[in-house]
Amino acid sequence: MNRFFKGAACGLALLIHQSFPAFAEDVTLNAIFMKQAAYSEDDTKAMAKTFEAANPGLKVNLEFVPYEALHDKIVAAQGAGSSGYDVVLFDVIWPPEFATKGFLQDVTARVPKTDRDKVFDGAWTTVDYDGKIWGMPWILDTKYLFYNQDMLKQAGISAPPKTFEELAEQAKIIKDKGIVKFPIVWSWSQAEALICDYTSMVGGAKGSFTQDGKLSFDTGGSVEAVNYMKKTLDDGVTNPNSREYLEEDVRKVFSAGEAAFAMNWTYMFNMANDPKESKVAGKIGIVPAPGFKGKAEASAINGSMGLGISAGSKHPDEAWKFITFMTSQETQNKYAKLSLPIWKSSYDDPAVTKGQEKLIDAAKVSLGVMFARPMTPSYPELSSILQKNIQQVLLGQASTDDAMTAATKAAGRLR
Amino acid sequence: MAPAQQDRTAWLLLTPMISIMVLVTAFPLLNTLWLAFTDASLTGQGYVWQWIGLENFAYILDDSDFRAAVGRTTYFTVLSVSAEVVLGVLVALLLNQEFKGRTLVRALLILPWALPTIVNAVMWRLIYNPEYGSLNALLTQIGLLDAYRSWLGDPATAMNMVILADIWKNYPLIALIALAALQTVPKDLYEAAIMDGANAWTRFWKITLPGIIGSLSVAMVLRAIEAFKVFDIFYVMTRGGPADSTKTVSFFVYQESFTYLRAGSGAAYALTVTAMSGLMISIYVVMLVRREKRS
Repeated sequence: MNRFFKGAACGLALLIHQSFPAFAEDVTLNAIFMKQAAYSEDDTKAMAKTFEAANPGLKVNLEFVPYEALHDKIVAAQGAGSSGYDVVLFDVIWPPEFATKGFLQDVTARVPKTDRDKVFDGAWTTVDYDGKIWGMPWILDTKYLFYNQDMLKQAGISAPPKTFEELAEQAKIIKDKGIVKFPIVWSWSQAEALICDYTSMVGGAKGSFTQDGKLSFDTGGSVEAVNYMKKTLDDGVTNPNSREYLEEDVRKVFSAGEAAFAMNWTYMFNMANDPKESKVAGKIGIVPAPGFKGKAEASAINGSMGLGISAGSKHPDEAWKFITFMTSQETQNKYAKLSLPIWKSSYDDPAVTKGQEKLIDAAKVSLGVMFARPMTPSYPELSSILQKNIQQVLLGQASTDDAMTAATKAAGRLR
Repeated sequence: MAPAQQDRTAWLLLTPMISIMVLVTAFPLLNTLWLAFTDASLTGQGYVWQWIGLENFAYILDDSDFRAAVGRTTYFTVLSVSAEVVLGVLVALLLNQEFKGRTLVRALLILPWALPTIVNAVMWRLIYNPEYGSLNALLTQIGLLDAYRSWLGDPATAMNMVILADIWKNYPLIALIALAALQTVPKDLYEAAIMDGANAWTRFWKITLPGIIGSLSVAMVLRAIEAFKVFDIFYVMTRGGPADSTKTVSFFVYQESFTYLRAGSGAAYALTVTAMSGLMISIYVVMLVRREKRS
């Protein structure tokens, strides 16, 4: 009998505990992150563990998905009516859509005004839309030009390219000397990665995505960028497999010593320098992505990402606490090997710069010239249109003019 | 028990099942039907919508990309299902012979089919890898290929390569069904045919095939319906690329709903695809009815 009462009491307590969240001590936050590029899964898990240790009663449930599935997962989880995730990692291209469709909570009031000057402007563009702030920047990232120092030396090239034209010339020398069959590798698969390389080049040609307030891709920088991509394929200096590669494939090819040049995100620098991951460790050079001759000294794509509170979250305060921790200068300085901090002063902190001085030097230039992809609530659809049409050029199915005119026309019809 | 009462009991016992069916099948179906006539878009607060009549369907009819995708999907369906049938029957004939280790081989046959599609797709991606894939290694080593090539990055080969991966995974289903059917073909028919001097080729066309064609066509139609709505293998292997050359009809449903957040037009695409598979489903039903009558 005694035992029965004890059991019943326990059961009742459990029931009360579960049905009145106010009584609950433990809050579990569901957070969605991505698998590739920037902070590794291990780093993110380690950060969350530190956060949990410092905040008893708060638990963080981490989920990692490939970047290609991130947008759709966030949207589907909320569209399905469940509260879904509390904390979401979002890309710089999504806030217009997420804000207008109500997927994110407005956190303008939560961001300390004093932080605005301490963080790079490029990072803020990741979370700013319509005069409000929709999260906190976490990954400040852009694509750099990586090169294999040994291969350049072997080819008698004294300095890495400063323009895209020079890049093609140097690659030709390396190819002709038989050092490597296809000197440059890019991520030109039918995916966002292709648009990132393209945008960087449009920025490097001082182009623009709009004309008279309308989306436009069939003149100036856009055409110059796509023509350049196609020409490097035709000349055999770009690895033709680039057309099916994502960033991780680029890293593998470059790390295997099968390319002299590669465009990739920050994370590749320390991974390609890790002997466990790479055959070319210690030979990695990094410079800002070049610009086109006479147009720009360097180019960069704004590939930053932020952390936000999803609209359906029942624990916004706890979620913000977690976001504040993840984006804090202390946390970011500690894990600055695969992704660089959003905080300006970190770049002069020896703890951050030590061992990756070359990366920091390149970052100081690149972060200042970051070029943004078109800001529109229909960005995912616009991106699909561009991906398809640019790929048609790269595959020789259409001329640059035809494809980019078609893209502009399709962009004008966006619903 | 009187027949009427028996009926009532039967209905009563069926009620839980029927209500579950209504809940999980009819409700979402009707919801989709309703959505297709709206411009509903997915937002953080659920749907925001307005009634727009047939506008979504008009858009689909006018969508040349979608028409191209229908052609592509039909190509995939016809090629992969017919190859699966030919391969499946051949393997079934082989496994119907008496030989040592037959049970083991029969068990092994199920393996590809038991593999989750995602795993299968990732595996074939590795096989097709342009830098270190085993297909490239094999073909260059036996001299069929001069240099490694990008199978999934070339619009000329990408679709066929995915079809190959799909065939490998799905032919065991056909083989198993054919094998089961083969065992129902009476042995004395063969003995009589041999006495009459019929060769193996004639025996196959006159006895074996008629004996298994019923089960085989059911399996074929089922596979065709499944192949037409294919999504997962493409999502993992090519994501519709290169340059949309492997974008199937299901991609439109997915993209409209979850990437572009247009639940309304996504539903309309879904219904259009369903109507097309409906055609195949009716063939299936007609075949079932005919078989029923025969037996």
